Amino acid sequence: MHWIKSVAQEIFGLFVDDGHFAIAILAWVAFSALVLPHIPVPAVAKGPILFIGLAGILVDSATRRARR
Amino acid sequence: MHAGPSVLAAFLASLVEFVEALTVILAVGTVRGWRGALSGAAAALALLIVIIAVLGTALTRIPLAVIQLGVGTLLLLFGLRWLRKAVLRSAGVLPLHDEAAAFAKETDAMRRLGGGGGWDRIAFGASFQITMLEGTEVVFIVIAIGAGGSGLLMPASLGALAALLVVILLGLAAHKPLASVPENSLKFVVGVLLSAFGTFWVGEGIGLDWPGADGSVLGLIACFLVVAWFAVPFCRTRSERRLTNAAE
Repeated sequence: MHWIKSVAQEIFGLFVDDGHFAIAILAWVAFSALVLPHIPVPAVAKGPILFIGLAGILVDSATRRARR
Repeated sequence: MHAGPSVLAAFLASLVEFVEALTVILAVGTVRGWRGALSGAAAALALLIVIIAVLGTALTRIPLAVIQLGVGTLLLLFGLRWLRKAVLRSAGVLPLHDEAAAFAKETDAMRRLGGGGGWDRIAFGASFQITMLEGTEVVFIVIAIGAGGSGLLMPASLGALAALLVVILLGLAAHKPLASVPENSLKFVVGVLLSAFGTFWVGEGIGLDWPGADGSVLGLIACFLVVAWFAVPFCRTRSERRLTNAAE
């Protein structure tokens, strides 16, 4: 069934079009899940740290693409 | 968690997907007839509704923290991908999506296939496929937004349903591709909303304490908006500098 293959490709494409970008997001989420709860910083700062990492990945990836 | 941001995020994200599906369905209907085009779209929509019902029910049996981490991660991959693309398009690095060009390409492809008359399997198949493809994205968006908190699946579904009705009404009224819909601006806003939801769900899933609790979603929306807003001129400058260096 051709359309099932197309849907599978479309689902993968929903999440990944730049491999490095997707891997960086996954790596930061994994780091946040495994390390962030255990580091000695105020609890209210941990959410913003998660955000800052993701925002940095976004800006870095977009800038790299713009330079290519 | 208030339902408002969920409804808005699901509505805007679904609107983008339904506009893309409408372009192809209009092309199929115009060239090959409306019977096959509309029945293909209707069959796909029925199947998508069944998928939402089954997945929505299944998700209620998984611990909320696991869903929040899993769905939040997928939302981040999806939302940040859209946001990155919208930033690059706004900066002129990537070309804007053109519904009129997509319509012309699809009508040309449909004409080349020939046949038609009676029960048109090509029209049915083309409409079914595009509705399934774009609809799958809508299903993911609805489930991802709705699964992160109790009672959010229904508001997210209503947001998507409202988008479907708006696109059907606009399609009936215009009878041509909705080229004037500001697709990139919508993707920019939706990318911001989904990234904010994704960050919030991941934080909840790993047990972080958000300052302001549920209200921090609004703060995350504002922060992602500011970051993306400033990234546009930054990327534009980098791209122009690259072109200048290449010309020298």
